[in-house]
Amino acid sequence: MTATPLLSVTDARVRFGEVRALDGVTLAIRQGECIGLVGHNGAGKSTIVNVINGGLTPQEGQIAADGAPLMHWSVTEARARGLRCVFQELSLCPNLTVTENTRLMHRGSLGGWGWRGRARAVISAALDTVFPGHGINPAATVGALSIAQRQMVEIAMAFSDAGIAPRVVILDEPTSSLDAGLAAQLLDHVRRFVGQGGAVILVSHILGEILNTATRIVVMKDGRIAAERPARAFDTAGLVAAMGSTAKAQARGTQGGRDAAEVLRLTLPRGLPFVARKGEVIGLAGLGGHGQTEALVALFEAASPAWWPARDPAVTFVAGDRRLNGTFDLWSILRNMSVASLPDLARRGLVQAGAEAARGAEWKDRIGIRTPDMGLSILSLSGGNQQKVLFARALSTRAPVVLMDDPMRGVDIGTKQEVYDIIRAEAAGGRTFVWYSTEMDEMTLCDRVYVFRDGIIAADLSGDAISEHAILAASFAGAA
Amino acid sequence: MSLLRKPWIWSFVAAGLVWFVTIMATGGASTIGLTQATLTFAAFSVIVGTGQMFVITLGPGNIDLAVPATMTLAGTVALKYMDTQDALILPGLGIAIGIGIGVGFVNYALIKALRIPPIIATLAMSFIIQSAAIATNRGLRIKPPDAMADFTTGLTLGIPNVALVALGITGVAWVVLMRSVYGRQISAIGQSLPAARMAGLPVDGLRLATYVLCATLAAVCGFLLACFSGGAALNMGAEYLLMSIAVVIIGGTAVAGGDSNVPGIWGASLFMFLVVSMLNTYGFGAGVRLILTGLIIISVILLASGRQGATR
Repeated sequence: MTATPLLSVTDARVRFGEVRALDGVTLAIRQGECIGLVGHNGAGKSTIVNVINGGLTPQEGQIAADGAPLMHWSVTEARARGLRCVFQELSLCPNLTVTENTRLMHRGSLGGWGWRGRARAVISAALDTVFPGHGINPAATVGALSIAQRQMVEIAMAFSDAGIAPRVVILDEPTSSLDAGLAAQLLDHVRRFVGQGGAVILVSHILGEILNTATRIVVMKDGRIAAERPARAFDTAGLVAAMGSTAKAQARGTQGGRDAAEVLRLTLPRGLPFVARKGEVIGLAGLGGHGQTEALVALFEAASPAWWPARDPAVTFVAGDRRLNGTFDLWSILRNMSVASLPDLARRGLVQAGAEAARGAEWKDRIGIRTPDMGLSILSLSGGNQQKVLFARALSTRAPVVLMDDPMRGVDIGTKQEVYDIIRAEAAGGRTFVWYSTEMDEMTLCDRVYVFRDGIIAADLSGDAISEHAILAASFAGAA
Repeated sequence: MSLLRKPWIWSFVAAGLVWFVTIMATGGASTIGLTQATLTFAAFSVIVGTGQMFVITLGPGNIDLAVPATMTLAGTVALKYMDTQDALILPGLGIAIGIGIGVGFVNYALIKALRIPPIIATLAMSFIIQSAAIATNRGLRIKPPDAMADFTTGLTLGIPNVALVALGITGVAWVVLMRSVYGRQISAIGQSLPAARMAGLPVDGLRLATYVLCATLAAVCGFLLACFSGGAALNMGAEYLLMSIAVVIIGGTAVAGGDSNVPGIWGASLFMFLVVSMLNTYGFGAGVRLILTGLIIISVILLASGRQGATR
């Protein structure tokens, strides 16, 4: 702990209007360290990350690099000193190829004749190092890649070396779209990188990752550092306690049975058919990008008319990719929430402002949307709270089936518990949930799990047969 | 002041200014005449502009370039059918509306079934409609029924009747856009089509309805304009292509969709007519007049968008 920090932030304070995002945070990053940063949504994790990477100037506080205080700290300055950041919201240009995106990222060092060849070499080397056997073609357009592949490219880009070697890499929820195998590859690389003298700040809601990877863990709460200890001094329970939430044991529901009424069916060209019954919570598992999202979209398209307004909506959808098919950025929180149930809130075709506000207030309390006013812009909320709004949007409809496309990306553990409780309560009330998730823990909360492999349903697990082992076995069977 | 933050206020400020400058030039002699003429001509832009605004609300790329041809066809066919008889006015109006509905359906069918971008689909459609108008009209100029001619050129309490019709249409449009389920839903589509779809909105139905609404308003406008100007002419819609888009943009509606407003269309329509009147009053030649019109439009758009950028 005596080495000069690569980078240090002293007593940083940031306010956004009335919201105090950082309230005196002091943090130092040294060589050979992996700092695990945890905390609730809105605890200030993203804010401190933005202060460190130069994207946000704190109203008070100091930043020093290599022991010398800095007057000007900016994204450009940070990059020149070897600081890289992988953002929670993916930031590649979808209309450009992987190679072209690499060129953009390394503006200073990949210019001139023959940049295409050099950029391709740089990104290929990085991808091969971080994700051996990745199968991504650097000439592919980013928009054509799956969300997991995009995240892999973005991560590899941060670790790539095109003149300025990476020294500090910030990973903000890097595994949120990766399946277990890819996440393990990434965390292995993080350990290697740290072992070679690099430094990493790892932000994650998956506590196992933090405990296994970080050397030091920093717990944030309400814009302050609530605890800071070596990783070995923490265990899961201790970490959850430090964040200020209590993990509850989840009871698996028993409402949806084999004999309940069938509400949804999808016949896939091959493999087992998909059947959902009233009151069931059905998980879609398997490795990322093996047809789960496609199955959800097919279910949605089949049950939701595109030409006529449905008198009684049959299905509702919770998006995982908020920016692509989730939020309406010009609108308030309230309008974002009510958009799926407008006909219910209207009389003679006109939206009743009173009914809409009442519905908004009800769900603001029920799902705990942290905002002083539902009339504020949706963009004023943190990512996790925006996701809560999408949940409220879907759950407040009358649709008997809720389709969820990996909806817990970037949601903190306390919120997850609240949402799990709501899902269980709604399922007990007869609602059916179809739930795609990349997190194994969530699959064990389901009544039944369909395991996808290569676009087809490879296994149908139910009750006690659902386990991490069984799901992994079905995900890989036949591939070896 | 909250009124100053409204994007549409600037089109009214500009219209008021130009009105004042024009009045100054004539020493106040033609105040009433100028105001009535402005209201009359603005009314036609307002009606087509309202339809165009709904389409533009649907988001980037959505536009109806078949508006002028639809106006011409509706005016031509309706006048030919009515054949100057007062008794056939209502069926004539019905035919105009029917043409609008039909054009809207075909427009969206081209966009959806053939996956042609709206700008190409509606432009191609406008050639077909224009040809149909030429085939029906054959260069004849049929007079409108007397009652319609009187109504469209007449005044009620000193206000031109067509302006009152346009006011009624925009009043309904305002309520629809701001308060109705439909208005909320098309604003959602304009912000993000995939998000609107996954929120369960019947996006194809809503977009179809919007293209039909736009073409129908264009047809009604064509019907009124043909009656007002004493007969349908084949080029009568021409100037409304640019006009219908300009009044929406100058009025402060977001070109990127999802954020529209109705009052601005009135401000912008009044402004557009007044600029031409002002330049005429000051005796500029045709060339100078066009250049100045362009410059003035650009400055108003800059002013309005600058204000918006500052308050967001």
